[in-house]
Amino acid sequence: MTPAIELTGITKRFPGVVANDKVDLSVEAGEIHAVCGENGAGKSTLMKILFGMQSPDGGTMRVHGEEVRFSSPADAIERGIGMVHQHFMLAGQLTVLENVILGTEPVASLGRIDFKAAEAHLLEVGEAYGLDVDPHDLIETLEVGERQRVEIIKVLYRGAQILILDEPTAVLVPHEVDELFRNMRELKAAGETILFIDHKLEEVLQIADTITVLRQGRTVATVKPADVSTGDLAEMMVGSELPTPQTSRSTVTDKTALSVRGLTVLDEDDRPALNDVSLEVHRGEVVGLAGVEGNGQAEFVGAIIGTEEVAAGSIRLLGEEIAHSTVRQRRNLGIGYVPQDRQEEGLLLFAPLWENAALGHQTRKPFANGRWFDRFGARERTEAIRSWFDVRTPDIEVTANSLSGGNQQKLIVGREMAAEPKVLIAAHPTRGIDIGAQAAVWDDIRAARADGMGTLLISADLEELIGLSDTIVVIHKGELTATLDPATITARQLGSYMTGSGQNDAETAASPETAAAPETAAAPEGPGDPAAGDPGESR
Amino acid sequence: MMDTTVTDEAEEEPKARVPKAATDSRLRQILLSMAAPLGAFVFSLIASAVVLIAAGSNPIEAARDMLDHASKLEVQVSMINRATPLYISGVAAAIGFKMNLFNIGVEGQYRMAAIFAAFVGGAVALPSVLHVALILVTAMVVGGLWGGLAGVLYTHRGVNEVIGTIMLNGVALGVIAWLVRRWQAEGNIVEVGVGTEPIDESGLLPNLNFIPELFGDLRANEELTGMLVVAIVVGVVYYLLLNRTVFGYDLRASGLNPLAARAGGVPPRKMALAAMLMSGAVGGLVGMAEIFDKARYDPNFVGFLGFNGIAVALLGRNNPAGIAVGALLWAFLDATSDILQVTQTAPKEIIDIMRGVILLTVVIGYEVVRRVRERTESARTAARLAEATP
Repeated sequence: MTPAIELTGITKRFPGVVANDKVDLSVEAGEIHAVCGENGAGKSTLMKILFGMQSPDGGTMRVHGEEVRFSSPADAIERGIGMVHQHFMLAGQLTVLENVILGTEPVASLGRIDFKAAEAHLLEVGEAYGLDVDPHDLIETLEVGERQRVEIIKVLYRGAQILILDEPTAVLVPHEVDELFRNMRELKAAGETILFIDHKLEEVLQIADTITVLRQGRTVATVKPADVSTGDLAEMMVGSELPTPQTSRSTVTDKTALSVRGLTVLDEDDRPALNDVSLEVHRGEVVGLAGVEGNGQAEFVGAIIGTEEVAAGSIRLLGEEIAHSTVRQRRNLGIGYVPQDRQEEGLLLFAPLWENAALGHQTRKPFANGRWFDRFGARERTEAIRSWFDVRTPDIEVTANSLSGGNQQKLIVGREMAAEPKVLIAAHPTRGIDIGAQAAVWDDIRAARADGMGTLLISADLEELIGLSDTIVVIHKGELTATLDPATITARQLGSYMTGSGQNDAETAASPETAAAPETAAAPEGPGDPAAGDPGESR
Repeated sequence: MMDTTVTDEAEEEPKARVPKAATDSRLRQILLSMAAPLGAFVFSLIASAVVLIAAGSNPIEAARDMLDHASKLEVQVSMINRATPLYISGVAAAIGFKMNLFNIGVEGQYRMAAIFAAFVGGAVALPSVLHVALILVTAMVVGGLWGGLAGVLYTHRGVNEVIGTIMLNGVALGVIAWLVRRWQAEGNIVEVGVGTEPIDESGLLPNLNFIPELFGDLRANEELTGMLVVAIVVGVVYYLLLNRTVFGYDLRASGLNPLAARAGGVPPRKMALAAMLMSGAVGGLVGMAEIFDKARYDPNFVGFLGFNGIAVALLGRNNPAGIAVGALLWAFLDATSDILQVTQTAPKEIIDIMRGVILLTVVIGYEVVRRVRERTESARTAARLAEATP
């Protein structure tokens, strides 16, 4: 049988990087085919090529045995290929129906849109594939999972027989993932071919018929899920043992580093985005903040570093009240900050590395000498950061923009760590970076933790949260709803807590006083001995 | 979509570099940033030549006339006199640009500053040094307040600074017209013509004629303005403030990425306000060469220095030395355009065409250079990455 898609020797170069290096991929008609690989392995580029968003520098593409050359997504759509992007492309103020027909509106007489015909076709498509949506719902009222379903219907509505899903599970909570997989199976039963990107290995094994693994732009293997374990897959992806964050020994002390009491932050409409939150971070402790994005994490972080106005409550850093201090005062008192979006909030992309290394520390030595900026000191420190934190760059005069994501992140983590903060606020510190850099960042946090740094870790990577934290607190709709022990909780249970359904999802290994006062979070796990923290940690 | 033609050469280029990589990289940056203005200048010469030929003139003759004229000492002095206010105006605009603010209001700021400084200077009698200092300080304060007004509107009322400064330009012209009439009615205006009370000799910055006189005899009516010294001081202070102080770092950081700067402890409002105040204060000095020259403000006061300053800042990439080159180039074109009318070798308007072409090509050139630099840099870092991971 001719494969639905056959890619041979696809090569795509970007300035300085080979994103795809002679990639081969063969997808049978009617199967669910997973493409796995680390960030930067070239998955997304490959999918963009397949969907006509980028043209390859070499190689051939065949769709149903016929050689094709796409110059735009329109060409791909014409061949029956549809793509659901990771970031939804929907207009919130329009209804499901309006979004689905956008760009392909059926026209009745006098240029009117024939909504009746459109709705009929939409319902037909929904029924055929078992996708349940109400055409008249406003997009902004839908849950993430439902929006994704709209995106899938949008593609099917245009007659796609081959669906590309770009990391469809990244934005979903566990029960939504189950729902998505059910939909995918129905689509398959209806004869669709599905190609999807994922790097959560359990999920891949659960749903895929065939798995292709990419590593550093090359095809490593194509396997059947029955023949491999998650461990095997991980090894193929990284080429060696998969590192997991493992906090070897508790270094938690009973000295409070950061104490938050009754913190309330209001949003633009004066409604509480963060409501009466209390939390303690001890020296030597990593407190993980788990939650589905948009539940108040950003406001929490902003309130602590000083970019959000505190409506009520107190924030104390080593006993000193800072709730109404300026960002600079807080930084100088010893708050380190690894922002969630390194390019947006962490870097001056078009400034040299040594100027980037100063950001947030520009008023202190070695970057400043009184009111003067110390260019010599800044360069020296940057060189040190470069070697301590293994920032791969030809020199420190290049702009931050020219570094890869992982190295940009190492630079940011490095500059914060080099300042020896008392408390580190780390928001998604390993998001979108490769495994080597990820392990380095984890090591850095662990080493500083052993030296007595308190850390507030915000992450969407549940494994990271569980592996790195000494305590996990769950944030839901602006309130802390649970305090959990990472030693006994699984990612799946944590996921249920994050959606606010924690208590029902029974076999809970968490602390019994789940919804109890967050003060319990403060209970230190014994006095600990900070001095004996893992000293062997290398960078 | 990115074009990948450059990639291949760029990938091969860097292999073995370790020891003097840093200086290498800095030299490369300097050379690259020179490429744009030089290339633009050459291109605009060619473009002007084409226009001249099309208009039936001989471009080589025109160029010779201009250069001949420029070789005269008094023309050179006049060039520097024209370049001085342009340079100050360019620095004023550049301060805004560094903070990502487009202060289009230097025009209004320098005019307001000039009339008030002239008024204050004409109203008092003081020892020379104090008198001059008072006039300069008045100019800076008035210019700063006028710029700061746009700054407050921006930071506290969300009025876009471009709109705010343009509107204030109009207000400034109106206020000046009103003031002139009022002073006239109060009898503060001298009989001969219209203008503010003349400033005493003690309030006028002395000229620098001793410098050109080293090279030869100066024609009597040409003086080298003392504001040249002020312009140089402004340039040096601008450089030091921006590149060597924490404040300057904060300013540049806010301009490059306001969100990151804020997370890094830079108060965004304060910086925006400071930038507008400083830009306005420097802008206030733009008209002072003319005030010291004429000893008063009159309705024929020179205009458009603010707008030309923006062009000069763009030409010089907000760099203190670059702005100087831009100002001199503009002044050269200005000073030599008159001779074309005399010799009839080319229409005078060719100068405006040249300016336009230079400005456009420079801006495009900088963008091209930026992209090339970005590409070679990421290629170099990628190459480094490949070396490090065997």
